[in-house]
Amino acid sequence: MTSLILFNVLILSMIAVIAAIVLYFTAKKFQVENNPLVDEIAAMLPQANCGACGSAGCQNFAEKCAAATADDFAGLYCPVGGQKVMSKIAERLGYKAQEKERTCAVLHCNGTCQNAPDKVQYIGLKSCRLASRVFVGNTGCPNGCLRMGDCVRNCPFGAIELNKVTGLPQVNPDKCTSCGACVRICPRGLFEIRPMGKNGVRVYVACNNTQKGAQARKNCKAACIGCMKCSKICPDVKVENNLSHIPTTISAEEFGEQLAANCPTGAIIFTGKKNEQN
Amino acid sequence: MNKIKTFKIGGIHPNKYKISSDIKISDAGLPETVIIPVRQHIGAPAKVLVQKGDKVKVGTLLADLDGVVSADVHSSVSGEVLKIEDQEVSNGYFEKMITIRVEGDEWEENIDRTPDIIRDIEATPEEIVQIIRASGIVGMGGAGFPTPIKVEIPEGKKADCVILNGIECEPYLTADDRLMQEYAEQIVIGARILNKALGIQKAVIAVDENKPAAIEALQKVTREYIGVNVQVCATKYPQGAEKQLIEAVTGREVPPGCLPIDVNCVVQNVGTAFAIYEAVQKHKPLFERIVTVSGDGVKHPQNFRVRVGTPASYLIDKVGKNGDIGKIIFGGPMMGLSGINIDAPVTKTTSGILLLRTENVVVPEVSPCIRCGTCVEVCPQGLEPFAITNFVRNGEYQEAKKIHVLDCIECGCCAYSCPARIPLLDYCKLAKYEIRKKK
Repeated sequence: MTSLILFNVLILSMIAVIAAIVLYFTAKKFQVENNPLVDEIAAMLPQANCGACGSAGCQNFAEKCAAATADDFAGLYCPVGGQKVMSKIAERLGYKAQEKERTCAVLHCNGTCQNAPDKVQYIGLKSCRLASRVFVGNTGCPNGCLRMGDCVRNCPFGAIELNKVTGLPQVNPDKCTSCGACVRICPRGLFEIRPMGKNGVRVYVACNNTQKGAQARKNCKAACIGCMKCSKICPDVKVENNLSHIPTTISAEEFGEQLAANCPTGAIIFTGKKNEQN
Repeated sequence: MNKIKTFKIGGIHPNKYKISSDIKISDAGLPETVIIPVRQHIGAPAKVLVQKGDKVKVGTLLADLDGVVSADVHSSVSGEVLKIEDQEVSNGYFEKMITIRVEGDEWEENIDRTPDIIRDIEATPEEIVQIIRASGIVGMGGAGFPTPIKVEIPEGKKADCVILNGIECEPYLTADDRLMQEYAEQIVIGARILNKALGIQKAVIAVDENKPAAIEALQKVTREYIGVNVQVCATKYPQGAEKQLIEAVTGREVPPGCLPIDVNCVVQNVGTAFAIYEAVQKHKPLFERIVTVSGDGVKHPQNFRVRVGTPASYLIDKVGKNGDIGKIIFGGPMMGLSGINIDAPVTKTTSGILLLRTENVVVPEVSPCIRCGTCVEVCPQGLEPFAITNFVRNGEYQEAKKIHVLDCIECGCCAYSCPARIPLLDYCKLAKYEIRKKK
């Protein structure tokens, strides 16, 4: 009995030793030369593999960083890791990190359940991308939010959730990494990556409707009617196709409050100051 | 009578509700204004030729085709062009439409308005294609594919059979049924015209079993036309789908991604054949069609001969509402889309307008898939809707493509028969949109 056990143990150990030797030499022979720098940089990256930087994942981005010259490096930026990660990588490589403002996604629609009540009931798969193909949406606005949450389900960082009161997706700027998944998924193209602004002071037009004023207002109380009032306050604000657009270059601190207060429909949203006081 | 044929796999038997099949086609009359969309077909919108304030007659060309996949649009009434601007279509989106105020009923002089049937086909094959193109004829079954493209066979391919689709397997709809009963000979001549244009001798008119009156009317006529046969098919949904119909009638299977012409067939709806007859023999462009107005929310279901551009609300006022209307569907209940705009116009492809009562509009309660395999059993294309659904839920559209979601004909058999009420068809549609977008 004991000899049988011993025999088995012996045989198995011998197989193990032979396999180990074979594996050792094969590993030596077929070893892939890795740049240790790439691994080091990859370890610094957030490993979200979201593709927001334009590369195919974090490993690819690390390879690009490692191969980059000082000039090339200035063009590389990881929006998820942000300034912190980039300066860390720059330090390791001996380059200077580029100063970049933090950004986040904003929704260009204010068609809340109150402003744009449902006119019909949609029965079927709750997907904005499908619904926008088959009909105009519950609210009747051909450019507005469908409030079915494709962006919520596709945000890799859980930064968007549907607000129960307004029905609209709400971006949490602290969690948002500007990866752009929402921009790509939204069938109406309602999301835009905009600079966060100092203390979160931002001003933007929360509407995407290009219909004429009267028609737009039929479906939504908060629609931009292209009245041009905003462009009178600040000439940099452009109104095209019955829709106002506030460029990111204008100072939100200077004009923001005034723009939002003077918009007759409340399509211009000004954020930041209030939160700061709270 | 020859053997009843059908397709091999899948299919369902929904309730028929053909409540209007005994009601004769009646004229819907003229509304005060008509709204004619410039795009009533698949493809590019037509270029508008008229201006605001122009006087037009019935049959006047309003918009010219733009490119190969496009179709002419003709005026359906006589009167004055009020405006040319974007207006709401049935799904709520805005498309360019021509609004015409109706004044009298004056037709273009060359249109033959006599009821006589013209049997001799004088036009040459080239002329026939030309007339079909100039008459703005599109597939009237529902998709609205421009007919001239189907009639002109691409080089290297040949057709040996014209199949006229008189199946109408959608519940409620009876427009084609009535057309076959009342205009059987015109349809047969339409088939003959198609034969001449394609240079072949054989034509089959496929009708399903539950239309005995239509079968009888057609058989009476086809005795005098050698080469034109009536084929009775089993009553099963989606017997009227192009690929399923070809399989039933000829036994040929259309390979994935191919067209009927690849198996030497040309399929046309009977409504299209009738329109071709009127265009070639009577010089009448396509500006009116038969529309079934039915549903349990309708007092007197009707089969109307409607001018294109007539608002749906005008037809609904004529038939009268019965109870509280919860849903309006343009087309059939299986494949049609419910509309949100009741004033949307009837187009060349509107085969029916259905009103359903609120109590019959059910919001399904979706429960998890129990892997019963019913969707696989009923799919006439042999797909696996539950597997496609799983891929779509995880965003793996390329995997869905590998299991041939692009071959889905969107018949809705899977969603209709799913005991868990999962919107399987919606998932398939979403997968198709996403795959096509990525191309």
